[in-house]
Amino acid sequence: MTDHPTKLSAHSVNLWFGNKHVLKDVSVTFPRNQITALIGPSGCGKSTLLRCFNRMHDLSPDARITGEFLLDNQNLYDHGISVTQVRRRVGMVFQRANPFPKSIYENINYGLKINHIPKTERQGIIENALKESYIWDEVKDELQKPATRLSGGQQQRLCIARTVALRPEVILMDEPCSALDPLSTLKIEELIVKLKKDYTIVIVTHNMQQAQRIADKTIFMYLGEVVEAGDTKALFEHPQQEMTANYVRGRFG
Amino acid sequence: MQLPVRENIDKTVRLLVRSTGFLAIAILGGILFMLLWNTMAFFLQIKPLDFITGTQWNPSGDPALYGILPLLVSTSLVTLGAMVIAIPLGIGTAAFLSEYAGSKLKGILKPAIEMLAAVPSVAIGFLGIVLLGPGIAGLTGQSNGLNALNGAVLLAIMALPTIVTVAEDALHGIPDSYKEASYGVGANRWQTLIRVTIPAAAPGILAAVMLGVGRAIGETMTVLMATGNASAFPKGFFHSVRTITATIAIEMGEVPYQTTHYYSLFAIATVLFLFTLIVNMLGEYFVNKYRKYHSA
Repeated sequence: MTDHPTKLSAHSVNLWFGNKHVLKDVSVTFPRNQITALIGPSGCGKSTLLRCFNRMHDLSPDARITGEFLLDNQNLYDHGISVTQVRRRVGMVFQRANPFPKSIYENINYGLKINHIPKTERQGIIENALKESYIWDEVKDELQKPATRLSGGQQQRLCIARTVALRPEVILMDEPCSALDPLSTLKIEELIVKLKKDYTIVIVTHNMQQAQRIADKTIFMYLGEVVEAGDTKALFEHPQQEMTANYVRGRFG
Repeated sequence: MQLPVRENIDKTVRLLVRSTGFLAIAILGGILFMLLWNTMAFFLQIKPLDFITGTQWNPSGDPALYGILPLLVSTSLVTLGAMVIAIPLGIGTAAFLSEYAGSKLKGILKPAIEMLAAVPSVAIGFLGIVLLGPGIAGLTGQSNGLNALNGAVLLAIMALPTIVTVAEDALHGIPDSYKEASYGVGANRWQTLIRVTIPAAAPGILAAVMLGVGRAIGETMTVLMATGNASAFPKGFFHSVRTITATIAIEMGEVPYQTTHYYSLFAIATVLFLFTLIVNMLGEYFVNKYRKYHSA
């Protein structure tokens, strides 16, 4: 792990929704070009934590956040940092595939337009992003088709393509396979593993096998706190905490 | 309860429900039949070409003239003017309510706008005469402000609640996941609204606009009071106009039964009906066109 310096980190983070204390003094680090899995039972705050990193909570008026979020030693919540820039550097793939109700082509083109990428470059970027996301062969002849006609797995790969088209530095994934069948899940997992050479990836998952298959590092959270973090193999085979052991062995959660 | 009794109740209810359904269709058919029947009687006496191309509507003149063009232009002028005002205002208000206003403000604003729909059209027309009319007259230096612009502004006010309410529902119904996806690639609120939320809500917004147009075309009392009703060919927004609806309302009460003039009013009513039919069908067409991007 030593050859993978920290890319993204959170320090002493607390988050409240109204009066509800959702994240309690959370500190985590995510190494560059590695896949880190966030696991834990429902409601443990892992998705909430994930969404902090591209400031999705800015949209909920009752969310209150303290602590530091660093991307390359730059605080993501500093005044003077534009939230749209943060979201461009830290991309997100959501739990349910959410393509825009537009054509396949336009789904990727949208982000490029928003970020003022010149028209002449877009065609190439779109093709590249679709190839990178291993969906090009399936859609190259029907780029003008509505994206909503694709299968669930294809939609999710399109959403990943939409994210990588912008060349973010970090990709956050919020249970990207939870609504997919095993075959589509496998394809997405292969894709995620291939993406890690270019991106730092953080993935929230409920699927313990998935974490073991793809993650280099795993963080176990419970009731808004980080219980244990470490190399995936070590965490699953020799958990240091009893709670971690119980969870990864399927005794609760 | 015994089985035969329950079955009989079931049968009776089915019959009852079915007959109410058919009643609506029968009434609609009856109206259509009456319109077309009387329109035919009109065209037996007046050549359709004269009706369509005539530039003067003067049934009590000698000779009597039945040119629908001035009425058609009047109705189009007022409706178009109303839509030019009401559509941007309505969609803007809906977008503000759904995307920007806090829940408290929305809780006050939305019912207030809906209340606007409950104001009787005669009261709106009254406003046009005593408030808007003199205002327009003062600004343009005319002797009175009873003209197409006056009617258009009033109709816009009347169409607003419909457009705002329906469009706001449409915008509000767009799943957060679309917006999140847009924010996720770095779009700001405005970009998300213009490029994702509004296009996604387009069917609902179009429906809102069509309902608004329908309201404006068919409205009678307000335009009757506010537009001056001059029968001369309309020259523009600052001139008095006389819409199809106002003409029917004014002349129907005084026309002798089953004369050419009487039939002519049915003929222009049929034209009005075709107008609204086309508007509705266009709306339906666009709604379906956008819908294909939504269904999975």
